[in-house]
Amino acid sequence: MEEKTFVEDIDRSLYDFRNEDKDAYRIEEGLTKEIVEQISREKHDPEWMREFRLKSLDVYNKTPMVQWGPSIEGLNMDNIVTYVRPNTKMQGKWEDVPDDIKDTFERLGIPQAEQTSLAGVGAQYDSELVYHNVRKEVEEQGVVYTDMESALNGPYADMVKEHFMMLVPPTDHKFAALHGAVWSGGSFVYVPKGVKVAIPLQSYFRLNAKGAGQFEHTLIIVDEGADLHFIEGCSAPKYNVANLHAGCVELFIAKNAKLRYSTIENWSKNMYNLNTKRALVAEGGTIEWVSGSFGSHVSYLYPMSVLNGEGAHSEFTGVTFAGHGQNLDTGCKVVHNAPHTTSVVNTRSISKSGGISTFRSSVVVTNKAKQAKSSVSCQSLMLDNISRSDTIPAIDVRTADADIGHEAKIGRISDDAVFYLMSRGISEEEARAMIVSGFADNVSKELPLEYAVEMNNLIRLEMQGSIG
Amino acid sequence: MAEELLQVRNLQVNVEDKQILHSIDLDIKPGETHVLMGPNGAGKSTLGYALMGNPKYTITGGSIVFNGEDITKLSVDKRAKAGLFLSFQNPLEVPGISLSSFLKTALEQQRGVRIKAWDFRKELRQAMALLQMDNKYAERDLNTGFSGGEKKKAEILQLLMLNPQLAILDETDSGLDVDAVKIVSQGIKTFQEHRNGALLIITHNTKILEALHVDKTHILAQGSIIKNAGPELVEEISKHGFEQFLQK
Repeated sequence: MEEKTFVEDIDRSLYDFRNEDKDAYRIEEGLTKEIVEQISREKHDPEWMREFRLKSLDVYNKTPMVQWGPSIEGLNMDNIVTYVRPNTKMQGKWEDVPDDIKDTFERLGIPQAEQTSLAGVGAQYDSELVYHNVRKEVEEQGVVYTDMESALNGPYADMVKEHFMMLVPPTDHKFAALHGAVWSGGSFVYVPKGVKVAIPLQSYFRLNAKGAGQFEHTLIIVDEGADLHFIEGCSAPKYNVANLHAGCVELFIAKNAKLRYSTIENWSKNMYNLNTKRALVAEGGTIEWVSGSFGSHVSYLYPMSVLNGEGAHSEFTGVTFAGHGQNLDTGCKVVHNAPHTTSVVNTRSISKSGGISTFRSSVVVTNKAKQAKSSVSCQSLMLDNISRSDTIPAIDVRTADADIGHEAKIGRISDDAVFYLMSRGISEEEARAMIVSGFADNVSKELPLEYAVEMNNLIRLEMQGSIG
Repeated sequence: MAEELLQVRNLQVNVEDKQILHSIDLDIKPGETHVLMGPNGAGKSTLGYALMGNPKYTITGGSIVFNGEDITKLSVDKRAKAGLFLSFQNPLEVPGISLSSFLKTALEQQRGVRIKAWDFRKELRQAMALLQMDNKYAERDLNTGFSGGEKKKAEILQLLMLNPQLAILDETDSGLDVDAVKIVSQGIKTFQEHRNGALLIITHNTKILEALHVDKTHILAQGSIIKNAGPELVEEISKHGFEQFLQK
């Protein structure tokens, strides 16, 4: 046989470049009342927000560490820098963004995508947005897309106050409390009644600072009959110390409205990704989650849909790829809390080179949800004998007439399929990458073309040197 | 004597620890069509797999020379690039890869250049029309949910697109109805006549051979080639079966 190669750490140079820290302001490490107050001052919070932060800190200190998922012992809050402000104000033109930061986003293809296929872009670098812009015609439709800080002090301040951490209260879990205390950055979107935004909005989160945390807050309100596709991307260069991402996403979908929320997450492999995402869906509304999880050292990620109005619908389509040194605990939650609500969950997970991938789901049907319907399907692919894949589905039904389905499959790449592709002149590495990309096509076919291409490139990167 | 395209010498093949093929010799010249027949379990498919390089089939002795190059130890993809093709008896289903993007990738690997989407489409449509395949199949996942007949047509489509020098057809006619056999046979004929492609046709059935020119026939039994003859042998086997050749 031919010589086989094994490359432990893949070439991530596309994402893995660091800029020198030129931040304007970097708070000291750790988490104390003084630090939280200082963040609040730096950010010119309204008074209620300052109080909210301090209350959240209080909750954080009283809440025990999460106990259910992969170990997060390597994460020490005393070493995490919770606020790093880049050396620029938020700009509306790329040419006004400092060169090193602008280069970062150019290498990630953000300004290019904005030109061709996005209705608006927000770019966050460490703790703050450095760029935010929305197309004029979208703005003219009444769509609001801005950074959270402006939203807190702008004409939508009351709307923000009313919704902020209403779906994900600081008491939800320890890292929600942490988020409430030190959150910074993120986007606010409001789509007025009946407005259909034809092309997506995108926010990109880049964490450059070593040992820092990113705690962006995304709040999206899609009003009655409106329609939006929002894309979230994230990446970071690799450091040999822990970085933390504890963002929070709150989505409000009004009657007959529709929101698609797509994420391609590619944090570096020293990242603890403890993110919380939740959607509240009113009568006849739809939330569609499309989620690709590729990066991070440890992830806890379970986007949740609360179907609160009759006929509300949730769809979750996800793929998780756990490589060497990664323990990714991902899945989703759905609560059926009104009659005739429906949900579909379709996930794929891939594990390789000792990576651990766990699919965890929870479907709850309350006694209010007559004739609810739910189907959950999860498939796993293990690429070798040292990797691991677990499936932990929980189903809790409190009605007599629910229609619930669950299906799980675990498999390997078939040698015969590899032989078949190779017999057409395709190399073994390429054949395996094709099979794995094909396995993840539930997600890639839901993404806009450029993102599907990016995702397939990520899979290809992960598959490089994996023969052996 | 014309240069041999394929030259198999004293080939011995094991599957796991069991020897399946003993001392196979086979010569195929460019553009020639050879038919390989024999009872079930004789090792016909094993020979096809071993020539293509399936790692489950271990070559324990002998050699395969293709176009003057010893390919006995070459990996499967390199054999394909050298101009060898195998049409599978049971083509694999590969979800998530469309037939067209798979074919485009394969062609690009073979030619070493990117192919313009437009040119590729044109070429693909022509080949599909010849095989009376609905264009929709191009965008469907490779073989996934295809009927037996569509899978075999898709194999011949790949043959016509990749245009190898030697194609091994492993029971391409099995499981096909009369009309489908005709269409597939037409595709093979195109390869034979217009591309001067050489063929090694493994079959039980002489139906597929009716429209094709045959140069040589071989009978494989219990892992050895027991008879080499001309095209007349096909007729004889279809009338009288293998029995007379099996008892020495």
